[in-house]
Amino acid sequence: MSTSVLFDAPGPKTVRRHRLYTVLTVVVLLALLALVGLRLSSSGQLEGDKWEVFVTPAYLERILVDGVLETLKMAAGGIVGAVLLGLVLGIGKLSDHAVVRLPSWALVEFFRAVPVLMLMIFFFSVYGIYNGSSGPFWCVVWALSLYNGAVLAEVFRAGILAVPAGQAEAAYAIGMRKTQVVWIILLPQAVKIMIPAIISQCVVTLKDTSLGYAIAAPGLTALARPLYLEFQNHVPVFIVIAAIYLVLNLLLTALANVVQRRFVGERKPLEVSAVGTADQRTV
Amino acid sequence: MTAITENYQAIVISFVTAILLFVAAGVGSLVLGTFLAALRVGPVAIMRRAAGVYVTSVRNIPLLVVLLFLYYAGPKIGVTFRFVDIVIPTGWGDIRMTNAFATAVVGLTLYTACFVCEAIRSGINAVPVGQAEAARAIGLPFSGVMRQVVLPQAFRAALPPLASVQIALLKNTTVAIAITVLETAYQLKQLTDANPGDRWWLLAVFAGGFVLLVEIVSFASNRMERRWRVAR
Repeated sequence: MSTSVLFDAPGPKTVRRHRLYTVLTVVVLLALLALVGLRLSSSGQLEGDKWEVFVTPAYLERILVDGVLETLKMAAGGIVGAVLLGLVLGIGKLSDHAVVRLPSWALVEFFRAVPVLMLMIFFFSVYGIYNGSSGPFWCVVWALSLYNGAVLAEVFRAGILAVPAGQAEAAYAIGMRKTQVVWIILLPQAVKIMIPAIISQCVVTLKDTSLGYAIAAPGLTALARPLYLEFQNHVPVFIVIAAIYLVLNLLLTALANVVQRRFVGERKPLEVSAVGTADQRTV
Repeated sequence: MTAITENYQAIVISFVTAILLFVAAGVGSLVLGTFLAALRVGPVAIMRRAAGVYVTSVRNIPLLVVLLFLYYAGPKIGVTFRFVDIVIPTGWGDIRMTNAFATAVVGLTLYTACFVCEAIRSGINAVPVGQAEAARAIGLPFSGVMRQVVLPQAFRAALPPLASVQIALLKNTTVAIAITVLETAYQLKQLTDANPGDRWWLLAVFAGGFVLLVEIVSFASNRMERRWRVAR
């Protein structure tokens, strides 16, 4: 407790005061929990038949197959598209040729600024609406690819720029061309620092798949409506769905931490700001 | 093009609604997020734990699920915002701040506060250790260390990530379409459904609007950062 630099090891008076704060916090938290519990039970949301659906095999299968699996499929599609697009745009932004660099920069700025949901709605009106049940699915994947691709482009660019300048200079000095410098020298070293950032972006992608709800795409969130209309169990449905997202994302975060420790070590994880910059550095 | 020239008033109103959502939830999330950050770095273990659990769980749940929970499940357990019922009539149409609007503000605030908390925490971590040590050495208590020495520097260091969080909030106002707030995404959907021929124009206008708003926030953040930068 006294390991923080922000406060001293507490003296006897402070220890007593902190004990008081602890007790007060516990009381407030318990009161909150009790209030929630009371509200839940008095409105009948804790009754067994409202929760039974989640242990009924037929519905469980539906939640796992139509919900979790579809969500994971959309997230996976989105992240694969995003990595490919991010690689192209990220390297494009580092190009020496303004013809390549400026359009890459403009595309990245555009897709980072436009809400994913708007892209989804637009794709739905162009493509999804005419293509039956698979239409909305692909609209979600494309919108996620474009948005996350723009974010990952910044990650790739920042990762390449984070490689010590001496590496590129040495490579140029032994006569490598720029393509070789980027692909043989810089990218392999940058990948290490990028991987945790890419996994963190997977969490964002996974959460954003839920937006498909607005264009009738499949997925976990889309299952909520049919379930609560059938069983009138609004509260349990959303608690269970939120819990599933939480578990999936915590698993991804744990993976990101392991990878971070394994590949990057104590260095700070790569973070890119959403604030637009006109930074035109190249390597 | 006619879809825009005929409906420009409705489009502007939808953007005003989005900006109102953004401002209300932005202020709310900064206040709640700062409070959470204070709990998370404070000396009382249970407060640190409680704030940590809140931040970790809410930030890993999609915003849409948070909003749907508040809007559809909330009323079942007596959580409603029906008392909010403000309609501002303007010449171009009503700006409706009703139950759904208030729910969206609360949901966006609860969700964004987690990211604000993390941004401020990273700002606190960026303050050199010597600053806090010196503040303790002259006898300041925790509140004094935080208020007079650490937080003023932490806020400056946290400005870029805070701007990122607020930009994300601005874009997240579109999610309120799912709980029937008449904002930009709703208007885009209505207009593209009614005028499929003009959808490229509509995308250009709505996307352009957001690019513009994001650039304004970016610009303000860059200016503030330059002005308040700590000289080291």
